[in-house]
Amino acid sequence: MNGMDRRHFLKVMLGAGGALIVGFPARHALAASPPVPLALLGDSWTRLNAFVSIEPNGRTLIGARAPEIGQGVRTALPRIIADELDADWTRVEVIPLSLGVEDNDQDQPHWTYGPQFAGGGRNIPAAWADLRRVGATARWLLCEAAAQQWNLPATRLSTSSGRVIAPDGRRLDYGDLASAAAQIDLPNHDIPLKAATDYLLIGQPAGDVDARAIVTGRLQYASDSYWGDGYVAVVARCPYVDGELDHLDDTAARAVAGVEKIVVIPARATLGPIGQVPLAPGVAVLARDTWSALKGRAALALRWRPRHGGAASTTLLAEQAATLLKGEPTARVLTRGDVSKALKAAAHRVEANYEVPFVAHATMEPMHCLARVTADRAHLIVPTQEPRAALEVVRKLTGLDPGSILIELPRIGGGYGRRLDNDYVAEAVLLAQAADKAIKLMWTREDDLTHDVFRPFGLHHLEAGVDRKGRITAWRHHLASTSRLWHRDVPVGALWQSELQPDAWPVVSLPAADLAWFALDFPLWRGAWRSPAHVSSVFAIESFLDEIAHASHQDPLKLRLALLAPSRQISTAHGALDTSRMANVLEAAAHAIDWGQRAPAGHGRGVACAFVAGSYCAHAFEVSLQGGHLRFHRAVAAVDVGRVVNPLGLEAQITGGTMDALSTALKLEITVAHGIVQQRNFPDYPIARRHELPREISVIQMASAASPSGAEDLGVPSAAPALANAVFAARGIRIRTMPIARQLAHLG
Amino acid sequence: MPQPPPQVPPSTITPHARRSGIHLKVNGKPYLHAGDPQMPLLWWLRDYLQLTGTKYACGIGACGACTVLVDGKPEHACLLPMQTLSNRSVTTIEGLEGPDGTLDALQEAWIAEDAIQCGYCQSGQLLAAHALLRTHPHPSDADIDALANLCRCGSYPRVRRAVLRAAAALRRPDR
Repeated sequence: MNGMDRRHFLKVMLGAGGALIVGFPARHALAASPPVPLALLGDSWTRLNAFVSIEPNGRTLIGARAPEIGQGVRTALPRIIADELDADWTRVEVIPLSLGVEDNDQDQPHWTYGPQFAGGGRNIPAAWADLRRVGATARWLLCEAAAQQWNLPATRLSTSSGRVIAPDGRRLDYGDLASAAAQIDLPNHDIPLKAATDYLLIGQPAGDVDARAIVTGRLQYASDSYWGDGYVAVVARCPYVDGELDHLDDTAARAVAGVEKIVVIPARATLGPIGQVPLAPGVAVLARDTWSALKGRAALALRWRPRHGGAASTTLLAEQAATLLKGEPTARVLTRGDVSKALKAAAHRVEANYEVPFVAHATMEPMHCLARVTADRAHLIVPTQEPRAALEVVRKLTGLDPGSILIELPRIGGGYGRRLDNDYVAEAVLLAQAADKAIKLMWTREDDLTHDVFRPFGLHHLEAGVDRKGRITAWRHHLASTSRLWHRDVPVGALWQSELQPDAWPVVSLPAADLAWFALDFPLWRGAWRSPAHVSSVFAIESFLDEIAHASHQDPLKLRLALLAPSRQISTAHGALDTSRMANVLEAAAHAIDWGQRAPAGHGRGVACAFVAGSYCAHAFEVSLQGGHLRFHRAVAAVDVGRVVNPLGLEAQITGGTMDALSTALKLEITVAHGIVQQRNFPDYPIARRHELPREISVIQMASAASPSGAEDLGVPSAAPALANAVFAARGIRIRTMPIARQLAHLG
Repeated sequence: MPQPPPQVPPSTITPHARRSGIHLKVNGKPYLHAGDPQMPLLWWLRDYLQLTGTKYACGIGACGACTVLVDGKPEHACLLPMQTLSNRSVTTIEGLEGPDGTLDALQEAWIAEDAIQCGYCQSGQLLAAHALLRTHPHPSDADIDALANLCRCGSYPRVRRAVLRAAAALRRPDR
């Protein structure tokens, strides 16, 4: 992570035709002093690492470095720059940036745009730390240029909507100042950033910058790109989670018109690790078009055989987990106070198990990767959340230097953590090398669902003791799960780190706590799935808090608020948890569904909250059950993410996260029988449709002047427990296993 | 050395025989498909016409990402072999925009409501809504609920608002 080391050394250049260009410097350009005029390097602004380019006609190009997976960063990040620049947003054009990389002196990657990734809600905090300076620098230069032209001190000038304004009202368009500004030296001192009261774009709602291109069908995702001279590749992969090719007859496939080549991808054992997820053994069909490739694949005569995981079955998993939980843990994650003693002394003892199944990511755009590999260059167009890891995969397979690898990052049709792994990138590069041809690799939905890196399965056992005053005196959280860090070069003793959080709310505040993790072995590959550990743990913890409240005759909201009082800051691995901010979102959500007032007959209300990556979220639902059919009457999410950069984008994230969490909690599960994933397409993996979900979700955004924290996936963890708690309030039935819908169907 | 004969117009003109294959219209323009008649419309649109606004997401007609209008009716392009499309008229998302760049009421409404998220399913959502509004100019919530297009990001509430907004705009007398 040395991408940020030069953030203080912004670079200014005079572009072709007199454009002002501000960005992080390229290493080679940095060595040249004065900067090489852009005209000599060719008008390739990505090579010059520019974030802002103001053309003489006033058009302002702003580079968006983060891959857009629907989380809104391609809009939010450029607006952070544009606000400091005082740009006219209507004249801003956002340019998606490729992976910014070149060779350093040791032929290792030097990252030229700072952090480039998608996931974990880290993009806006990162941009807040560095990208505001880009806009402020460009604005400072433009003011200096105007000051010289008017012979006035720059301190007396102001800016607005792409213009510099003199005290007497004279105005100069940024475009007219661009070439003069590009020739001004940067100051030695730090350029001040705007006061929050001067923000014009930050905090204002903005629609997605790609909206028009999307609704006209013009926006190109990676899957919409074609090489022209390349092959389309589809792969028949081994259906066993751990298996190998037993027999192949490709005669019929070769006879399919348009099929050009068949390439066998060997069993994972013989390939060695490429990236973190090894490739499934497979047989690739390379063809002139997609249909020929699909027909060719269907014509392959294939037989597979299982290796070690031939008997793997998820029906046994819950039993195995329950047995494990009775034995010795793999890791003692937290031991505070004497839990056993506190449990014995408790006025009420509560105990429950919660089960969370494997689930898939099922991005609407399945995995794709375009790869062209020659002896001295590689060019990829790929929907990835971790472009740097994709680069490492290409380096490992080709031996090329980082600077010889171009990775284009078009908008992505959904990520949710799936594209943090770059296994499909490795496949495409291998096939391009094997065929000596540019490749467009496409996964079908069946490939995607059966060869995902799945959200781990987990069985949570919780126990708590409550004293006569209703205070929680002891807390035990034992989890048996298939860690997602399995087979990822993590020692067994550290595998719990993706599964259990010793500083999770509320355990971090309790006097006696015992957290332990039990390693559950299963051959299915696992990965990050939206707010990784939180999704599983928050369902268990927030459902359990509700059970504690009912067992000790307390109101579930009051119990939570009592835990959060008095207001204090608690240090966690994800930043400081401010209990008053958590209490505020809980109260706001509860208030919005009339918590504490009588609900209509048959209706029940539930709340839950979560602290994710420095942000706070509370959900509150009012539901009823009619004939086993769940109806949402009210759905509210209250969030505190610090300063909101784009309220429209935040609303979309929270609404979307809530919808996805409800869809997953209600309906989704990946099962394995005889070593084979049983879900192949949407009929078996039934993402919820409109009529099964709330028609509207009211999103309450808390006003805050704190630095922005992440919103991506924030709407996910607390939705499922709030739903389970609402179902309990409506019908007195406690849901402890996901998915939920089929359990409700039995209620009649 | 003999001189080539001077160019003279032929006395009669024989038109080329109509080439064999499947003739159809896409977004108002005539096309000929001379390849595999079993090829689904989806792959022909994407691979050969470069009309990539029609998306692949399931290939079995379960998600609606590839929704197109065939003679005005919504269809899953992944399920339609080219041989079923002879002399039919297909409208894709690219066909909704006017030649001068004016947008359809639904496209306007989608932008106004920011019904985007990752965006991948939206062309299918929009064309399904297009077909709905032709038969239901006053769509109820239940009518909109019945749109079966899947969205993985949770854009359903904004899509609902966009459909209602477009329906209202289309009912205005000035349209």
